[in-house]
Formats: sequence, C-alpha cells, structure tokens
Amino acid sequence: MITGVGAVSPLGMGASALHERWAAGECGIEDGVGRCRDFDPADVLSKKEARRSDRFAQLAIAACQEALAQAGWGDELPHEAERVACIVGTGVGGLETLETQHDVLRDRGPKQISPLAIPLMMANAASAVLAMRYGFRGPAFGTVSACAAGTDAIGTALRLIQAGDADAAITGGAEAALTPFARSAFAAMDATSKSGVSRPFDARRDGFVMGEGAGLLVLEEARAAHARGAEPLGELLGYGATADAFHLTAPDPAGAGAARAVRRALDDAGVAPDQVDYVNAHGTSTPLNDRSETEALKAALGEDVAKRVPVSSTKSAIGHLLGGAGGVEAVATVLALRDRVAPPTVGYEEPDEGLDLDYVPGEARPLPERRNGDRRSPAIGLSNSFGFGGHNAVLCLASR
Amino acid sequence: MAATATKEGVERTIADALEQVGADAEEIKPDATFEALDVDSLDLVEVAQVVEEEYGVEITGEDAQRFETVRDAVEFVANRAS
Repeated sequence: MITGVGAVSPLGMGASALHERWAAGECGIEDGVGRCRDFDPADVLSKKEARRSDRFAQLAIAACQEALAQAGWGDELPHEAERVACIVGTGVGGLETLETQHDVLRDRGPKQISPLAIPLMMANAASAVLAMRYGFRGPAFGTVSACAAGTDAIGTALRLIQAGDADAAITGGAEAALTPFARSAFAAMDATSKSGVSRPFDARRDGFVMGEGAGLLVLEEARAAHARGAEPLGELLGYGATADAFHLTAPDPAGAGAARAVRRALDDAGVAPDQVDYVNAHGTSTPLNDRSETEALKAALGEDVAKRVPVSSTKSAIGHLLGGAGGVEAVATVLALRDRVAPPTVGYEEPDEGLDLDYVPGEARPLPERRNGDRRSPAIGLSNSFGFGGHNAVLCLASR
Repeated sequence: MAATATKEGVERTIADALEQVGADAEEIKPDATFEALDVDSLDLVEVAQVVEEEYGVEITGEDAQRFETVRDAVEFVANRAS
C-alpha cells in the first residue's frame, strides 16, 4: 500500500506541484534543462546536513520529508525501526561532488581533497542519509541501473516487504547530474536534444532534455498500514524487470525486453492487459526509445489495447531525471490514478510514422470509469523505465 | 605559505574552520569539546587541511583523536607552528 508520496522536480517543490502543473500542460524546462529552481537546501537541511550531502541526496531528503508527512509518520516511526527499509536509486550519484573534488585534486593537490568526497558521491548516499536522518534501521541501499534505477528501487522495496524483510519502505529515485561533465558526455553520445525541447513521441523529437529531481514513495505492508489506520493513496500491485542483452546504449528496436518487463509486471500484479487504464511511458524524446517503447507496448498489451490506452510521458514536462525519473514518475502515476486523469504529453503535435498510440496530445483527459457491480474499480496504470545497458523495469500501480 | 602563528591567530583560524564545517559559532570556545560541538573525525580532517595550508602544521588522524577540546587543537598547532 502506498501511503505517502513526495517529489522535488523542475515543476516545483512537492508532489502536488508536479501532478497539478503537469496535468495543466505546463513545462518546467528552461534553457534546455530541467532544473529544480525552487529548491533551497536551507529550507529542509541544517548547515551541517547540507554540507554532508550532495545535491542528489538533498533532493531525496526534501522528497522524503514530504512523503513521510503525507503518510502521517511523526517523530516516532509507526513501525519497528529495524523493519523499515530505505531503497533509493540513482543513475550516477554525487557527480557534482566528484567533479568539484577532481578540480581540487588538479588545482590544489591530493592533500586538499575533502574527506567528505566519497561519502557525498557514493551512489548509496541518499539511502544512507535518509536512514540516518529518520532512524530507518532495516535494509538500506541504492539500486544502480541507469535510468531504470528509481523504478528498480521501488520494485526491490516491494519485494522486501513481500518477502517479510520489512513492514515498510521509503523508496524511489534521486538525481542531480546537471554538471558540465554529464551534459557533455550525454551530448557526445548524441543522446540529448540539440533543440533543448523534450517532445516524446513527436516526429520532431531529437533527444532527451536532462533534468534533476527526486521522487519517493512510502510503501507499507497492507495489514500493518491498516492496523495504524493509515490512509491509502494507492497500491503498488506488481513489478517486472528484464534485460535486453542487446546493446550498451541502444534499445532492442522491437522492444522485446521492455515488452517482457511489462508482461511480468502485469502477471505479478494479476492484471490483464485490457484492465490497464493508463501508461506512464518512459518516453524520453529520443528517436530510438520512443519507437521501441511503442513497439514494446503493442507487443505486451496487444495492438488493440495498446492503441486504446492513453500513454503519456512526464518527461515532456520535466525532462529526463535519469535515476530520479522512476521515482518522480511513479509519484506522478500514483496521483494521476488517484485523480483518474491522464496528463498530456506536453508539446506533442506531429505524429511520427509507426508511432500510432494515443499519446494524450493537447490536454489532460479523464480516465474512463470501470465498474465492478456497484463499486467503481480502481484505476490501473503502468510506469515504465528503461536504462542504458538494456535495463527494463516496470511498475503496475492502482488507485485505491 | 606558513603564516606567523600567534595563539590568537591559530584560535581564530580554527574557530573559522569549525564554523565552516557547521559548528555553532556561539558555542565555539576554548573549553568546548568537539563532541559537544558535534564535530567528528571527518570535520577534523577538514579543519586540519585549513591549518596545514595556513601554518604548514600537519595534524594526523592520530593527533586529532587525542583532541577533546578546542583548546587542545589550538595548543597543538600553536606549539608546532612556533
């Protein structure tokens, strides 16, 4: 059961800013990057905490604070501390710290490198600082699968709860890699957009726009959550993860690996393809991803269902948050399902040949209601994430 | 390079460095313990880097472990620097 969500994104502070502004068709990208301009570390962190965390971990702290508040977790944890997990994915961890400290090494010599360099840059830093700040003493680690890391984190947290290793988990993804190194390196791969416009699935798409941010969920084992009277926000029904085993960076053009991940997530959730109401696509705005993802959805859901289900990409509004993407997009999906709305693929105008799904152009659209007897059925959605290296991770989520 | 070390100068340098690593400026006094200031071994490495740049005095991890109070660190540096 999902009892809280939190997000810091280029659309502003908070999960509501992300959800409401995206649903209104707004875009947080400026000058070709999706920066969290509204984030001020001093709002959430003491001076010492701020010094002891890279920006990616700081964003995670802000998202965590919001998610815990929504879940109604006070100063005392509502579960045994040893049974609270903290699993946070990132693509590259504290890259800004690494770059800054490498400058120190070059300019001032090895003796002036900060003793905080390693603890700030390590990819597990976000889970470590959250565990320390809030006293989570269960399993805590980062997941590493490039742009699928946030989604793999959430899937792993689900498994920890299902396996009985934890009663609750704080999980998602965080990234802050808008550095000269990362921007140049992604540009060298020809992965990022030269136009600086993120328009997933559109014929004019020319690469992804880098963004930064963090999105975290509070997952609680259903009985434990009921026992404390928690208000459910949604459900995490299933998770599927596969590898393409195809190419270092290019997706399998037929989307076979991604399709298997979608099917596994559906099987895990016990959901049939025609029960899916909404797909939050990976939708990076790269020529290759958006085509292979379209193929994958057709293969996994069947051509008819794939063409009927609204498919939209959060990246049209905030850019690509790399390891943070899965976390922020899971938050966006939970709130979209709660409000039974498909937010638009912002800026989508020109269809590309073969990319013939319903990408929700223009404006947000209500999801059709389904009834089970007298009761309204929960809205069911998928959140896709695919990473360089051929990592595919998919969550199946539902409203309450 | 190495500045002439007066005790007051060393005190000021160390106090500034401690404030930099997040210690509360009001609490930084000669008798204050590093524990009370919430200054740990990682912070002391940063203080040591400042001191070494300023006075050319090296504070090893072993040295730093023996410091309890701000005064211990100031005296260590002032003695070595003079």
